[in-house]
Amino acid sequence: MKDTSLDQTSPGIKGGVGADLGHDSGAKHVSGRAVYLDDIAVPDDCLHLAFGKSEKAHARIVSMDLAAVAAAPGVVGVFTHKDVPGLNDIGPIIPDDPLLVSDTAMHVGHALFIVAATSHNQARAAARLAKVEYEELPAILTVDQAMEAKSWLMDPYDMKRGDPEAAIEKAANTISGRIYVGGQEHFYLEGQAALAIPGEDDEMLVHSSTQHPSEIQHAVSHILGVPFHAVTVNCRRMGGGFGGKETQGNLAAGAASLVARLTGRPAKIRYDRDDDMVMTGKRHDIRIDYRVGYDDQGRIEGMVVEQALRCGHSWDLSPAIAERAAFHADNCYYLPNALIRSYRCKTHTVSNTAFRGFGGPQGMVGMERVIESIAHERGLDPLEIRKRNFYGRMGKGDRLMTPYHMKVTDNIIQDIVAELEVSSDYANRRAEIREWNRQSPILKRGISLTPVKFGISFTLIHFNQAGALVNIYTDGSVQLNHGGTEMGQGLYTKVAQVVAEEFQIDIDRVKVTATNTGKVPNTSPTAASSGSDLNGMAAADACRKIKANMVAFAADKWQVSPDQVEFLAGRVRIGDQELAFPEFVELAYQARVSLSSSGFYATPDIHWDAANAKGQPFFYFAYGAAVSECVIDTLTGENRILRVDILHDVGKSLNPAIDLGQIEGGYVQGAGWLTTEELVYDDKGRLMTHAPSTYKIPACSDRAPDMRIRLWQGEGSPEKTIYRSKAVGEPPLMLGISALMALSDAIAAAADYRHDPKLDAPATPERVLMAVERVGGN
Amino acid sequence: MLPCGQPMLIPDNATESPDVNQTIEFLLNGKRISIAELPPTTTLLEYLRDNRRLTGTKEGCAEGDCGACTVSVGELRHGQILHRAVNACILFLPMLAGKSVLTAEGILGPDGELHPCQQAIVKTHGSQCGFCTPGFSMSLYAAYRNGGLNGADAINDTLAGNLCRCTGYGPLIAAAGDMDTATPPAWETGRQANERRELLALAEIGSIEYRTGASTCLIPATLDEFADAVARLPDATIVAGATDVGLWVTKQFRPLDDLIFVNRVKGFGEITKTANGLSIGAGASYGDAQAAIAAMFPDFGELIRRIGSVQVRNSGTIGGNVANGSPIGDTPPALIALGATLTLRNGSERRQISIEDYFIAYGKQDRRKGEFIESIAIPKLNNPLQLRCYKLSKRFDQDISALCGCFNITIEGGTVSEARIAFGGMAAIPKRAAAVEAALLGQSWDETTIRRAMATFRQDFTPISDMRASGEYRLKAAENLMMKYYLEGELPPEKSRMIGAGRTF
Repeated sequence: MKDTSLDQTSPGIKGGVGADLGHDSGAKHVSGRAVYLDDIAVPDDCLHLAFGKSEKAHARIVSMDLAAVAAAPGVVGVFTHKDVPGLNDIGPIIPDDPLLVSDTAMHVGHALFIVAATSHNQARAAARLAKVEYEELPAILTVDQAMEAKSWLMDPYDMKRGDPEAAIEKAANTISGRIYVGGQEHFYLEGQAALAIPGEDDEMLVHSSTQHPSEIQHAVSHILGVPFHAVTVNCRRMGGGFGGKETQGNLAAGAASLVARLTGRPAKIRYDRDDDMVMTGKRHDIRIDYRVGYDDQGRIEGMVVEQALRCGHSWDLSPAIAERAAFHADNCYYLPNALIRSYRCKTHTVSNTAFRGFGGPQGMVGMERVIESIAHERGLDPLEIRKRNFYGRMGKGDRLMTPYHMKVTDNIIQDIVAELEVSSDYANRRAEIREWNRQSPILKRGISLTPVKFGISFTLIHFNQAGALVNIYTDGSVQLNHGGTEMGQGLYTKVAQVVAEEFQIDIDRVKVTATNTGKVPNTSPTAASSGSDLNGMAAADACRKIKANMVAFAADKWQVSPDQVEFLAGRVRIGDQELAFPEFVELAYQARVSLSSSGFYATPDIHWDAANAKGQPFFYFAYGAAVSECVIDTLTGENRILRVDILHDVGKSLNPAIDLGQIEGGYVQGAGWLTTEELVYDDKGRLMTHAPSTYKIPACSDRAPDMRIRLWQGEGSPEKTIYRSKAVGEPPLMLGISALMALSDAIAAAADYRHDPKLDAPATPERVLMAVERVGGN
Repeated sequence: MLPCGQPMLIPDNATESPDVNQTIEFLLNGKRISIAELPPTTTLLEYLRDNRRLTGTKEGCAEGDCGACTVSVGELRHGQILHRAVNACILFLPMLAGKSVLTAEGILGPDGELHPCQQAIVKTHGSQCGFCTPGFSMSLYAAYRNGGLNGADAINDTLAGNLCRCTGYGPLIAAAGDMDTATPPAWETGRQANERRELLALAEIGSIEYRTGASTCLIPATLDEFADAVARLPDATIVAGATDVGLWVTKQFRPLDDLIFVNRVKGFGEITKTANGLSIGAGASYGDAQAAIAAMFPDFGELIRRIGSVQVRNSGTIGGNVANGSPIGDTPPALIALGATLTLRNGSERRQISIEDYFIAYGKQDRRKGEFIESIAIPKLNNPLQLRCYKLSKRFDQDISALCGCFNITIEGGTVSEARIAFGGMAAIPKRAAAVEAALLGQSWDETTIRRAMATFRQDFTPISDMRASGEYRLKAAENLMMKYYLEGELPPEKSRMIGAGRTF
């Protein structure tokens, strides 16, 4: 048997690795035939649930009068924490997050009780009829308030290298400043949803719109007080996830399972949009304070960064998110002396959670602000400052060590930036824009090139594993299952391509099935951009195990050596003869050869000593860069992105069409985070922007009219990743930072570049106008 | 409604009285449907998903802001079918009487073949998670029925009401441009002929009185019947496009007992060019009125282009927008700046009032019991370009104004001879800036005058802070808009506008 090297792909089959294959559900998507959770046909006796929610940010529940709720039309039952047979908790790391509040509500929207009714609207209407008596307690709502009160989930955490204080002290130049960056609502188009169907004994089948079926399994089993083996979680697809369904599905699935257990009837919950936005965590907003010492060339000598993240009332995943914000406080830049201090602020707001980039984007924005400010002080193009501070190229030189003591050995940012600078015509455009601005009193344009370096691997090391199950049936069709979930990113398609490639069969022969904890157990979340890296490898491993069986069989039956058995496009060559794949499969079956296997993968060479903030938490880094050009109206603050040029590194792409889609979608989502998307809470802790009428994700016309996106054509991943590809889910989101920096450049133009705009995010018209005022532009 | 109940169909011959129609009949994916028992506030989305198990149409927000529930609704206009994208989530079933509804499943070929508009999305990799995609299909389908889309502006406008969180829109824009409208599939042509036959038959139906439980729902067919209906049920909620009333139901669970739907009232949406300007029937949707308004007042046309989305503009009416009395207003600031007049009708009585007098206080309008707005008259301008409208919002499309300022200033011989300036979002009602106007009147049109006028905004307005903007921003931006209006007199639009006509970007 010839080893199909990870570096080789073959063009002889349809839909192999590297093909521009469409999404496996594309035709179903456009025609409405793809089944999402709320589309699953439910039995007639299915109950529909809604939550009763706290109206106070921090309050002891003195009493709850639920009589009117119970008496409302269609209501079958009302359930509180007292009805939970097992553990009343859904926290993913520590048990600090009750399914239903037992004593003290910790944020507006905290779930107090569940109504079960015979229809969705009856449940929603009934939930409003509760009479809840609160004893209000002091509430800490913002990062500033939490920092003032030292309200932290845990003690501050430091990443440190060298002696930053001394370096800043010694440096020829210093700057300091602060930036506020807002949070972000996921706004997956499909809201949170779960359907629980009770089985016999203690069994529960849970359909969940989740990125983490095993997490759902664990939460449900804790709530019901049953072993993990009694709970099976199934997810065919999500209508978007973006991190918002990594832990946030626990509440929905927990509620549905609880009611299903207590009533013996199927129970379904889907959040309407307002509930979803009020009750689920978001991207952490952050306040970053920085002090930097640098030389006359603008090279950073020492930096102290304090990141204060609003975590909300409980841990959720905040420690890991804050850690990743710290891991990315350097972005692409070498910091010889650095202290990154992380404050995990505890507030009486919804518990913030994973969101594409997982803290990384927040950390990176802080660093890019530092670069802009240095450039402003030196009177240089920020791009020049960026280049002077990059890590050493591909492990060369001595500028390699990160603040967390991992060497950057695969750096290609210089190459990417150099190529993008030319292909985007950056220098000429920058000069032209400056000239144009001189002639334009109201409108000003700005341009910025920002780079991205994003660490790939779960920093919780044990998550870096995956399993797969591959079955070949006797007609030669193949069924594929793995622990990864499909949220639109094309994971199912990519992993199916790996399987097609391994067996050298057309992709049409491979059917991907719903992620199911009964088929592949102990899965990791589909998160950290790891989906294809981990599950692709696990699927390849399963295929190779089956192939080994088949090769052994063929070598024995036809009396050839194993290396004379070769999987060719749609067929198998055995010595001098060739058999069609299905024919060969049937013969193997007749000869009683196993045609099914699990596969497994664990990422090598990673370790992390959190206590000492040292180690090698990442398998590799993904790189990219973007140039954004914007225009602002200096009288109103309105702004638009006009042109975007992107060059992004995905290694050897498993599927360029899908990767380009991830890059464009990531950029637009990142730019939305930093421009139009504003979460506004009132002084009672109530989210005022809880629907798309008030929370504005980018619409079609917000996309830059001119977007030029290219994949970096390099050597592929230097690490032994699946077919030398690189992760693509999260890194492109951070390309959107260039939009914020371009706006900042345009604002500076309003006062002839005399002042550093120090623009906070999101750059709404209001923030842009106020920044124009601040620099003296009107 | 039962979660998985059967459609409540009654046979065609079950009406009790021969004169009054008691059922709501429409076409759903080409088949005639008759509704007799569902509550009148049942949304089309609920009906499709729960009663028909047509789950391709998705709920993303239940407030008409995301487009995941977009369907295409056809109606007869001068004997031809006009298909338009609308949001099913805030569309009540009675609004469909006599119309044709198509969903993402309903435009597939007989053997499940994709429609050309769907095929285009697949080809360009226009779906990722796929949840918004059926809605995009239907927005494109409605455009397909209207001859396709040409150019980036048309595509952006068509898709502005469909939010996608995955793709970044590029592939969907490409799909909109790629859609093959030249060679319709055979099934499409045949179905359109059938649709037209059926719609002509449905057009024979007159007024409808639809009763369920204690609720009476009137769907008059003529203006006189409408006037009678309002007189008969003076406390009924009058529903036009339901772009606001829909949310009372889906978001606030407000009980609405008696309802009067205006969508079948003949002539209520008429738009007439008069010697003095424009007369707009209150039932005209934004979409109906947009072209006529844009032709006469280009900037007002652009303002209408930015109200909601195609789906909202196809449903929402200008009369409903005024009648509703929102402090933000959308069209009222422009209508006030233009000095529009409302005709209110009560039975056969009519009275005219200046639109600015209609808005009395927050939630209080000069509309008496039994009265409805029949039409809006807008006087023409000698210089159409002197009306300039500025809508400021966090997002350009499909957003509600933080503030909206409309300026109509007449300058004669270098001096301001007339000034009508109105703002939405700056007070409890859409309101004229009286002090600013006074500071301008009779003054020479120069920067000194403008600066002086800017300083008087705070006499006219004390705007509040809310989720859309702070009061400070609203005031500052309003002042700056005065300056912008002045500077725009000197500057070509490419130097002052980043969106709309004349921009260079």
